[in-house]
Amino acid sequence: MQTETTNRKLMWWGVNVVVLLYAFVPVVWIVSLSLKDDATLNDGNYLPTSPSGESYSAIFSNPDFLRALINSIGICIIATLVAIVVGTMAAYAIARLAFPGKKAIVAMALLISMFPQIALVTPLFKIETSLGLFDTWAGLIILYITFALPLSIYTLSAFFREIPWDLEKAAKMDGATPYQAFRQVITPLAMPGVFTTAILVFISCWNDFLFAISLTSTSAARTVPAAMSYFTGATTFEKPTGPIAAAAVVITIPIVIFVLLFQRRIVAGLTSGAVKG
Amino acid sequence: MTATPTSAAARAAEERIDDGTAEIARQRYTDAKKAERKLGLLLVAPAVVVMLAVTAYPILYAFWLSLNKADLRQPDLNEFIWFDNYITVLSSPIWWMAFGVTMFITVVSASLELALGMLLAIVMHRTIVGRGLVRTSALVPYAIVTVVAAFSWRFAWTEGLGWLAPEGSAPLTQFWPSIWIIILAEVWKTVPFMALLLMAGLALVPEDLLKAASMDGANAWKRFWMVTVPLIKPAILVALLFRTLDAFRVFDNIFILTSGANGTSSVSMVAYSNLIRGLNLGIGSALSVLIFLTTGIIAFLFIKLFGAAAPGADTEGRR
Repeated sequence: MQTETTNRKLMWWGVNVVVLLYAFVPVVWIVSLSLKDDATLNDGNYLPTSPSGESYSAIFSNPDFLRALINSIGICIIATLVAIVVGTMAAYAIARLAFPGKKAIVAMALLISMFPQIALVTPLFKIETSLGLFDTWAGLIILYITFALPLSIYTLSAFFREIPWDLEKAAKMDGATPYQAFRQVITPLAMPGVFTTAILVFISCWNDFLFAISLTSTSAARTVPAAMSYFTGATTFEKPTGPIAAAAVVITIPIVIFVLLFQRRIVAGLTSGAVKG
Repeated sequence: MTATPTSAAARAAEERIDDGTAEIARQRYTDAKKAERKLGLLLVAPAVVVMLAVTAYPILYAFWLSLNKADLRQPDLNEFIWFDNYITVLSSPIWWMAFGVTMFITVVSASLELALGMLLAIVMHRTIVGRGLVRTSALVPYAIVTVVAAFSWRFAWTEGLGWLAPEGSAPLTQFWPSIWIIILAEVWKTVPFMALLLMAGLALVPEDLLKAASMDGANAWKRFWMVTVPLIKPAILVALLFRTLDAFRVFDNIFILTSGANGTSSVSMVAYSNLIRGLNLGIGSALSVLIFLTTGIIAFLFIKLFGAAAPGADTEGRR
């Protein structure tokens, strides 16, 4: 019996190692590329033989990259905050209040989460150019908010449903209006859910490439994923591998830290909206 | 939605108390109802306005533009040309090639993701050692920016640079190797997400049921197909629907890996290059409308054929 459990444990460790390799092989490779120096860059080795910080000092002295980093951080934080506030309001109403048109709103959020974003690029190019939003922070932020809203509405309404109804009843007994019940009783209790949703929304904004590359034209609003594909090397045709790898690592680090710290919450958030309905 | 706590309370109040107070109670109840409805509408209004303004309006505008000869290189020649743009697109081999490539990538990667996602879900659900470690590392591909992962794969297959590059050939300059690498990049990135959705389904399968099946002599394989799969079918269909539509949008990976060279463009790549290089908004909008319609058809087929329930479709009612 003892050896059987040991064997099963060993078997599961083996399986776990496969999962770890799956997850980390491409990540370690890009980290290792970012650490290779010019001499060994093209040696084809998986790991660097003489690690150096050359590529990092190169990108951190590149004004285009620094600008893109500021754009990415600013745009994603603003979009996340707005999407969370607007999404919390809508999610509370959908989870808790009776009002006409609720089904239609849920259906609309669902349609938007399936929407082919590329279909918007051509008309938005025209609309944003004529409104002066093309190549600005606001032009990207409004899109990120829109596509983050279905995600935040679903995830947050799942969290709201888990808060006991009695709390609102008690608040109403004490003479609170529906708005006071929402603002002062329920919202504070939903904070963990709001926080989880904020992480998910931030990750989805941080990941965007399509809008960032088609609705910007200069470094004024270009985010890092889009800027990376414009990095130029010694010649126009050659991509500067080291700096691209270093930039890739820099924008990966914050997200990996989020994931390591909040693994449980992220899993709960990703699954709550989708399966429990 | 009808049996609200407040209405129940109001009814209880009516039964107990005589006419005069019942009237007041009813009045209070309708006032509360009205206040609730008003608050509900106020709270959803900003979200609805933003979503409509940023998606519904542009897609309608795209439909209008698609009926015009809106070529930015010849702005003076703009005129209403009915469905000419659609004829141009639908008779172009570029569109059909991209459509075929997109469909192939969608079908193959969604199937692979379902199979591998199920495997990973079972591992995360069942493992008796290092559960936190496995779940955390499985989140890594989900969290990594698609462009970053795409660069990693591209460099890995670049000749004279990458650890996967074969001697003397460049897979990313040939059609089939490129397609398979694109599929690999898509699958790698989204298997964990699929696995999480499926794992939430697995958690709902009662352990007793599996034990009973095991008592009846069903082996693990049979238990999986006869007990687990039927029970988590809704979770599978929702995950598959989302991934299919997401795979149909494939853009980032192709842009970085091949830039659409050698016929590897997806429909999204074609629409993008048309905007950037062609500057023809009429054709671009016709592409937009066609892609939008295709997505709609895929979703419709899924819901009609497989009965995939939309998440959040049932509002659960009040407890």
